[in-house]
Amino acid sequence: MLSEYAEEILEALWIQIEEKGGKFIDLGVCRDEPAVEELVKLGFIRKDQTHVYLLEKGKPQAVACVRRHRLAERLFVDVLDIKKKNIDEASCKFEHLLHEGLEDNVCTLLGHPKVCPHGKPIPSGKCCLEKKETKSLKIIAPLSRLEVKDKGKIGYLQAKDASQMQKLISMQALPGTSVTLLQKFPSYVFQIGHSQFAIDKELAQAIYVRLIR
Amino acid sequence: MLKDFARKIGYDDPLDIYLAKIESLLASDYKISKRSIALLLLQEDKQVLDIVKNKEKSGIDKIITIISEAKAHYLHSPSYIINLCRLREANRIAFAVTSHKKVRKFGFRELLSKIMMNPFTGAPILLLVLYYGLYKFVGTFGAGVLVDFLEHKVFEHHVNPFMINLVNNTVPFKLLQDLLVGEYGIITLGVRYAIALILPIVATFFFAFAIVEDTGYLPRLAMLIDQLFKKIGLSGRAVIPLVLGFGCDTMATMVTRTLPTKRERIIATLLLALAIPCSAQMGVILALLGDKPLGLIVWLGVIMLVFFIVGFLAAKIMPGELPSFYMEIPPLRWPQFANIFLKTWTRLKWYFLEILPLFIFASVLIWVGQITGVFAFLVKILEHPVRWIGLPDKAAVAFLFGFFRRDYGAAGLYDLKKAGLLSGNQLVIACITLTLFLPCIAQLLMNIKERGIRMGIAMSVFILFFSFWTGYLVNLFFVLFNIRL
Repeated sequence: MLSEYAEEILEALWIQIEEKGGKFIDLGVCRDEPAVEELVKLGFIRKDQTHVYLLEKGKPQAVACVRRHRLAERLFVDVLDIKKKNIDEASCKFEHLLHEGLEDNVCTLLGHPKVCPHGKPIPSGKCCLEKKETKSLKIIAPLSRLEVKDKGKIGYLQAKDASQMQKLISMQALPGTSVTLLQKFPSYVFQIGHSQFAIDKELAQAIYVRLIR
Repeated sequence: MLKDFARKIGYDDPLDIYLAKIESLLASDYKISKRSIALLLLQEDKQVLDIVKNKEKSGIDKIITIISEAKAHYLHSPSYIINLCRLREANRIAFAVTSHKKVRKFGFRELLSKIMMNPFTGAPILLLVLYYGLYKFVGTFGAGVLVDFLEHKVFEHHVNPFMINLVNNTVPFKLLQDLLVGEYGIITLGVRYAIALILPIVATFFFAFAIVEDTGYLPRLAMLIDQLFKKIGLSGRAVIPLVLGFGCDTMATMVTRTLPTKRERIIATLLLALAIPCSAQMGVILALLGDKPLGLIVWLGVIMLVFFIVGFLAAKIMPGELPSFYMEIPPLRWPQFANIFLKTWTRLKWYFLEILPLFIFASVLIWVGQITGVFAFLVKILEHPVRWIGLPDKAAVAFLFGFFRRDYGAAGLYDLKKAGLLSGNQLVIACITLTLFLPCIAQLLMNIKERGIRMGIAMSVFILFFSFWTGYLVNLFFVLFNIRL
């Protein structure tokens, strides 16, 4: 298993390459870290005098690290209700515990979220593609994945653009509001306060509900 | 005074500061409070931003900076934060002043609503609504009984003879007499058509539509049909203009304004112009094919096929935002008759103010077309495509008049049928082509008004070719498989 520091390096590399359009990170302060040697030995990264590069073999590992970090953030915000400014510190420690199957369970629990609380995308895992899932593991789920008669409070919205957000706002589908799913075919029908709304799948996927049982 | 009760909603700390900053920079008078303007600016209302840009020459740069600062401060858009605060305040007030009865038991209303929204029980209900609302009430009663009475009793026996007499005795010129009371005269054709034929049909349709509208059935139909409509680039919401099109395509084209994106509006306008027959047209088509159930089925099948194929292709070709469906489902209610009458009345009033002038305009055009010989020329040209789709030359007249009113055209075919000039196959092909053929002149003008001149003309040219092409294919199919209807 990788050391915590090695995971941090992979994560930083992936973000630098995939999200910031860079090619490497500076070797800088981690020059003499054993973690760098560890990664080089595994063939995950390559380093020269000043920079560290991500290799093909290290990519899956790096993606998984980013995924764990952002899932941890989601877990802290959505379920454990931690203050936003503390997220980063807490999830940095926690992500390293999310290994081998545990991350997929957390992902299921959170309804396979697509973005972290900061709005950055969460790489999807194999659990996100599976249709069947253990119901007892679900705490937060998009409206599209609820069963008829499931009740809950809206946890957060994940609109893909401003116009979608505007539609959700106009239905008063805002965090903290109680919803009940009434029907899911051919369209999604839900109750919010004293009103009922019908929406399509795309909108139903944008409303994440904290289930009440 | 309402003003005494007005109170500010407290927004989040930084938001209130941004608001105050913007307020202090707004120097001009906006007729509404500066706070409202500031709120709209933070919610990125484009119209308000334009107004402010015009009025605040000096402060505008600062204002824009503050807006972007506010946006950067939050993870979500300021409009989201503002709405969240408003919801919080609304809930606080609602909680303080309302109390709730315990949950009402699941009654008949809820059961009926469930039945309407279930795809398996919803389809038969739709058929029932169509059969009684459209076929029985509008078709049999409106287009049958009422039209019969007005057309044959009132106009043929009383109004027309009286007017013809009056005009012939007071107006000295033959040409003017023709314009007013001739075969296609303003009074004998335009006014008679509008009052005796169209009025009873659209009145019964608007009446039935208002009832369906007020019960809350349409949103339920919309949610049932949304997935199907997505395939043709529309959302369930488009069900309202499309159903209205069965009454009057021209009015329905205007109602496409309620659709949220330009792409949906264009697709709906095209489908209305091409494949949705209006009530007047359907009346005549039912009269033409009423004794040929098989022919009626073929007509219906081809029109539906065209509707979905053209919709599907249009959705594939058209660029733009994909449709998104959301709609409130109101509780089912008994319609209030005062409301229904008011709605029917308002729509009829609109209809008469907008459409009657067009009828008269059409009569004048036909008159001009005939005395100048332009019509004879156009009929000659149209005889070619008419021959290609296997119809007698005489049908060309029906097609030309079909442009002035789609139903004039169908009525022209009715005369041919009565004269025994059309076989079963020919009747079906003629009905299909005429249903698809160019919209009536009123709808053409509305298309241009709503969609712009280029789009309006382009659609018409497409429809012109497409309708004859479909007629040609159907004829070919009949010949190849030796089908006789």
